[in-house]
Amino acid sequence: MAGHVFHPGHHELHGVTVVLETSGGTTYVGRFHDVEGGVVRMHDVAVHDPAASDVGRDDFLRRTLKFGVRADRKFLTIPEGEVTRITPLGEVRL
Amino acid sequence: MPYNPALVAPMREEMVRMGARELTTVAEVDAALGDQKGTTLVFVNSVCGCAAGNARPALRLALQHPVRPQEVVTVFAGQDLEATARARQYFAEYGPSSPSMALFKDGEVVYFMHRHQIEGRSPQAIAADLTAAFDRFCRAGEATAA
Repeated sequence: MAGHVFHPGHHELHGVTVVLETSGGTTYVGRFHDVEGGVVRMHDVAVHDPAASDVGRDDFLRRTLKFGVRADRKFLTIPEGEVTRITPLGEVRL
Repeated sequence: MPYNPALVAPMREEMVRMGARELTTVAEVDAALGDQKGTTLVFVNSVCGCAAGNARPALRLALQHPVRPQEVVTVFAGQDLEATARARQYFAEYGPSSPSMALFKDGEVVYFMHRHQIEGRSPQAIAADLTAAFDRFCRAGEATAA
C-alpha cells in the first residue's frame, strides 16, 4: 500500500503538518488542508499567540516537536494575506 | 465516521503480514498494554496515504532488523475508535496523531514517532530512525529512558 492516497489532486501540502507564521505574530501548527477563497484551511491546529502565552514561540515549537500537536481548534481558516511563511513541522530545526 | 471496512482491509492485512497483532477492542488494548514487561511497539495505523503509505513499509523494513521489539501491536485510528482512544491513554503525554508509533519498555514510553516525523520521508529513512530506537531500547538490559 505504499504511496496509496485517498485524496489526489490537492495542494502539495495537503495533509502535511505545517508551521504557519503570520504577520501578526501568531503561529499555527496543524495539518494543512488547502487554500481557497483567500484563506488557508487547516485541521487540528495548535495556536501560539505571543500576547496570550507564557512561553515563547520557540519553546512552543520545541514542545510540539517532542510531544506532538496539542490541537486547540479542530478546524481553522487564516487569511492568506496574513501568512508570512509555511514550513513542514518535520523540517523545523531550533 | 469510519471508512468502508473493505477499503481499509488491505491496510490491516499489511500490518498483520509483517507480524503486528491487531487490537480492535478496549479489552484487547488493556490486555496488551496494561501490564507490560519487555518491549512493545504500538503502531497507530491510518488511512492517510501521504504518511501511513510510507509508515507501514517503514515498519516492515525495520522489523527485519536483528534487534526489534518483543511485541508489535496496532490500532487503527478512524476505524477502531474505542481501541485507539484507549491505546492513546497509555501515551497520553503525546498529542494524538496518526500514523504514529510508540515504543514501550516495561510499560514506559521510551520513544515516540509522530506523524510529522513520517510525512514526506522515504520508508528507508523512517526505518533507519526506528532501528536506531530498537538498537537503543530493545537490547536486553540496556537503556530505559528517552
